[in-house]
Amino acid sequence: MTDVAHVEPVHEEHESTGVPTLKLGMWIFLSSEFLFFGALISNYLLYSNRAGFEGLYPAEIYDIPFTSVSSFVLLMSSLTMVLAHNALSRGDQHGTRTWLFATAALGAVFLGGQVFEFTEFIVNYGMKLTSNPAASAFYVLTGFHGIHVAIGVFLLLSLWGISHRRGGLSEKSGLNVEMVGLYWHFVDIIWIVIFTVVYLISLPPA
Amino acid sequence: MTATAERPATTIFRRPRSKTGIWSWITTVDHKRIGIMYGYAAFAFFIIGGLEAILLRVQLSQANAEFLTAGAYNALFTMHGTTMIFLFVMPASAAFMNYLLPLLVGARDVAFPRLNALSWWVFFFGAIFLYSTFFFGTSLPPIGPDAIPGNLPDGGGPGSFNWISGSPDGGWFGYQPNAGPFYSPGTAMDYWAGGLQILGLSSLISAVNFIVTTFNMRAKGMRLMRLPVFAWMTTVTAFLLLFSLPIIAVALFMVTIDRQFGSLFFAATAGGDPILWQHLFWLFGHPEVYILILPAMGIVSEVFPVFSRKPLFGYSAVVFAGAAIAFLGFGVWAHHMFASGITPVAQAAFGLATMTIAIPTGIKIFNWLGTMWGGRLRFTTPMLFAIGFIAMFTIGGLSGVTHSIVPSDWQQTDTYYIVAHFHYVIFGGAVFGLFAGLYYWFPKYSGRMLDEKLGKWHFWLQFIGFNLTFAPMHWLGLQGMVRRTWKYAPEMGLEGWNQAVTAGAVIIAISILIFMWNWARSRRRGRVAGMDPWDARTIEWMTPNPTPEHNFSEPLEITKLDHFWHLKYDEDEEGRPRRREDADAMLEHLEDVGNNPREPIHLPSSSFFPFLVGLGVPIIFYGIIYHTSIAGKALIVGGILLILASCVGWGIEPVDEPHYGDHDEEHGEEPVAEEGELVDD
Amino acid sequence: MRRTGIAREGLWAAKLVARRDSPYDAEPMASSGRLARVFALMGLAFLLGACSLVEIEDAVLTTFEPAGPNAQRIDDLFWMVFWIATGVFAFVVVALIVLVLRFRDREGAKEPKQLHGNAKVEVVWTVIPAIILAAIAVPTVQAVFDLTECDPAAMKVELIGHQWWFEAHYPDYEVDTANVVVIPAGREVCLEMTSEDVIHNFWAPSLHGKRYLVPGQWTQLKLEAYEPGEFWAHCAEFCGLSHSLMRARVLAVSESEFETWVAEQQQPAVLPEEGTQAYEGYQVFVNRGCTQCHAYRVDGEGGSEIAREAFNGPDLTHFASRHVFAGATLPEFGEDRETALARWLADPPSVKPGSFMPNLALSGEEIDDLIAFLEESR
Repeated sequence: MTDVAHVEPVHEEHESTGVPTLKLGMWIFLSSEFLFFGALISNYLLYSNRAGFEGLYPAEIYDIPFTSVSSFVLLMSSLTMVLAHNALSRGDQHGTRTWLFATAALGAVFLGGQVFEFTEFIVNYGMKLTSNPAASAFYVLTGFHGIHVAIGVFLLLSLWGISHRRGGLSEKSGLNVEMVGLYWHFVDIIWIVIFTVVYLISLPPA
Repeated sequence: MTATAERPATTIFRRPRSKTGIWSWITTVDHKRIGIMYGYAAFAFFIIGGLEAILLRVQLSQANAEFLTAGAYNALFTMHGTTMIFLFVMPASAAFMNYLLPLLVGARDVAFPRLNALSWWVFFFGAIFLYSTFFFGTSLPPIGPDAIPGNLPDGGGPGSFNWISGSPDGGWFGYQPNAGPFYSPGTAMDYWAGGLQILGLSSLISAVNFIVTTFNMRAKGMRLMRLPVFAWMTTVTAFLLLFSLPIIAVALFMVTIDRQFGSLFFAATAGGDPILWQHLFWLFGHPEVYILILPAMGIVSEVFPVFSRKPLFGYSAVVFAGAAIAFLGFGVWAHHMFASGITPVAQAAFGLATMTIAIPTGIKIFNWLGTMWGGRLRFTTPMLFAIGFIAMFTIGGLSGVTHSIVPSDWQQTDTYYIVAHFHYVIFGGAVFGLFAGLYYWFPKYSGRMLDEKLGKWHFWLQFIGFNLTFAPMHWLGLQGMVRRTWKYAPEMGLEGWNQAVTAGAVIIAISILIFMWNWARSRRRGRVAGMDPWDARTIEWMTPNPTPEHNFSEPLEITKLDHFWHLKYDEDEEGRPRRREDADAMLEHLEDVGNNPREPIHLPSSSFFPFLVGLGVPIIFYGIIYHTSIAGKALIVGGILLILASCVGWGIEPVDEPHYGDHDEEHGEEPVAEEGELVDD
Repeated sequence: MRRTGIAREGLWAAKLVARRDSPYDAEPMASSGRLARVFALMGLAFLLGACSLVEIEDAVLTTFEPAGPNAQRIDDLFWMVFWIATGVFAFVVVALIVLVLRFRDREGAKEPKQLHGNAKVEVVWTVIPAIILAAIAVPTVQAVFDLTECDPAAMKVELIGHQWWFEAHYPDYEVDTANVVVIPAGREVCLEMTSEDVIHNFWAPSLHGKRYLVPGQWTQLKLEAYEPGEFWAHCAEFCGLSHSLMRARVLAVSESEFETWVAEQQQPAVLPEEGTQAYEGYQVFVNRGCTQCHAYRVDGEGGSEIAREAFNGPDLTHFASRHVFAGATLPEFGEDRETALARWLADPPSVKPGSFMPNLALSGEEIDDLIAFLEESR
């Protein structure tokens, strides 16, 4: 590589704002994601208490204690994510791997909870995607959140795998851990909003 | 995720290295090549969309004509609108952005070169997906009002329509429930929804890339307020995309899930709200209008100063006006829905918000006039198109103000008056602006000039044809010609002007043929441009023409707005430019060093993975359309696997291949190779 | 001049930027006289065009002949804004022409002063448009509030959109009709609108602007005609295959005529006498399935009603009292009513693509009988 001249401006070596390019990109992307979920949550709020639908409204059958627990699990995964990043910045490769895996595992537990919840609603209560617009909005909103969690789990496991295979993550991959962390915290924050607005506050029509 | 390998990469494919031939194009990550591909694809769809328009115009040139069936007509206007917006103006703007943004900010490439290639391939396959509806899609008549939700026929149906109507026929706006599962039961509207979803994904990736490029890839000294206006408008447009695309993504997912999996978002019989679709659609759709026009505004903001030999009048006002237009653009969507029965308070509020957009738009127009004031105007083809842009866009803007007069809009909405209005904005505005850019930056692409004489023929014919086509539509609309109308009765008194409109459309077609001839000829045999053929102001002209692969050979340090100009000129006591004595030597040096860099330059390496990820996306969407069958499910799984596998390959492949440093052999050759073909004027 | 080498070419271009024969400007510059002629010609063409607009044939859906207070108010507003907009446009175009003529590159012209902007001017062209807009905002907002909602005391007509015809129901009188909305002239009538299928948009330009008909929701539109008269209406929102063939008429009549009309419409149909051709037609009507979609109110035998069973088609009890049918698209201009009816009955989907009224493969004789029956159904 010695014969390669890095002449300014060349990409990735030069950051006008001082923020790493990859990180800036992730922030920009997440700002778009906020609107994606904003639209989905608005849809749900529009339909969640509109009177006159056939069948059950989601707000009538929420299992708040259960969802509280799975929300707590997801919240804890944000903590483990921070610990993973922290471990990496201390150069603790083993700790990083452990915490990355723990984060992915907590995410998977959350997903399992969601599968259980959906099954419960569909099988026991008969509230399906096709039951009424409120149910449609509920499944599409929480479903898209679930897909985001799943992608996050995939990313975490990839990092874990890379670290495992190469015996550790370099400084450059540290940026990747930070990026996946950003994404993961975003998914968590969205869930906190969903849990508060969709599960706790919204009521079925009087 | 773009992980960078720590040790020599283990990739699935050998790193692509060819610099010519089809594989070099498939694997390229060079923003200029990607821009060129966008440009040609956009132009191809411009021709297709134009032919669709001609067919529509033939049908409308006579009262009660029978040239097209109703189904074919509806399909053609749907595809005309969808094509011109999503497959022509947006990618044409993207072509300019891709080609120019790194050059304008002083960078070697965009922030994420492989993501940039991914944008292009997602666009490309999305466009193919959308147009494959002509071959695979079905468009069936409505099931009827009493049809039971969930009880859809499984295809087939009366085959009374010709093949054109196998394409989407619910309008580019896809209003629900007409475009929903009960009233458009074929698969055609699924192709439409899926196609837009894919194209939106492409634009979203581009938007992130362009924003980061502008923010992070600027050359030393290139402060934000020294950026060329086109770079600014690109960034503003990218923000518009960033915030409007998630809305349409949600809306299109809702439609797709309604249509494919039986959710009830827009099913009025089950309590769904069809107006919700309109809110979501226009919450995207109105910013979309500015997504179409702002890049063109950026282009003419580059053209006026160069051909007036003056700096842009009120640079910061022009920039902030663009940002203001974008910001306000998110608060006016319901003016597309004044007839929908929203409350008077909402109508008044959206009417007032719409009026305010006229103010920043006016600022831009007056500043362009101010740029020309006192200048030394050279009426080259780019300048003519830019002047045409002002005149035509002013008409479109003013007719837009009449829509903010809500009661007046109740009469105008859904008539040809609206068709006239947005063609003045999008054709008279955006397309004239894009042509100005094509003539202006053609040397950067080809190293040659487009022929000025043919260019002027093109401009004047297009100008006349355009006005003959769209000016009478104002009148037709106010005389009661509703939009999307397949037939009109003779006693409606609309025939005469409709014939004029059709004649105008033919004149536009002729002007485009002249342009194509000019392009084809000039690309090979046009006058050689040399360095800085227009005596331009901005730094993209500091590179030789055609632009070498590495853009800039030497580090840049930007000291002023219009940096390049100030390298060539200083000012005398009166404030008039005086060419520096060393200007010619500097140009000579720039050309020499641009084509023959003193040191090898490290560039991002080509990659197969953007192509493969892009290929996976439409496969998933095909799968969703046919998800009830085994093949459909297999397609979904296959598409996801292809994407995941490609992402993994992408992740372990480094951005730059360390051993890939053989650029210096290449550049400098292309222009020399063409020398033998030089023709004298 | 033969040129070799890009570098030379570039230098040459750069040196000669100010000269006539620079490469971007191979065309000789138009003289100001020639440019002026071009502009004059364009102006003339525009004037001629404008004159021919005035002489255009009568357009039945024109917005320029308001026949009621609502449309009149909109028309006044439109013209106010039109003249303001024309003024602004004239200003911009005149400015553009002056700039083009005055500042075009001339032989020996000095280089322009490098002016970067002027804050005062910016403020002026920001504030003046804002003032103009504020001025037009006031009457706009007033008109929005005055013209949107109905007077609660006004007579109500329920207008229901179907693919592709309008059904009008008069709840106060229990009258149901199609394609022709009859209203008394000189007072406000409130259209309460909804749709049976997709979104439609009712537009009678002489009386008011457009308003949607939305499935599952109710919208309002107030209609008022100054004088009796017939006004065209059209569905303005794309509503499927035959959107362009979804029209209607508003018939404004005097108060007494309106009362007579209501009284007639309230009457049940008088069944044709046996042995007449109309009676044969009635048999066809009952036996060939027409009643599955079309209501036909008959008195006698316990006041029974031949009700629709499946789809909702127009009530045909007083079919002959309506001068148009098939979404007010038939009879066509200059076409005989019976010819049009025969054409329609023979194959509805060929006349109106996608029509739910199927081709029943009626024989010529059956069609003649049906026509006789329908034309007696006043």
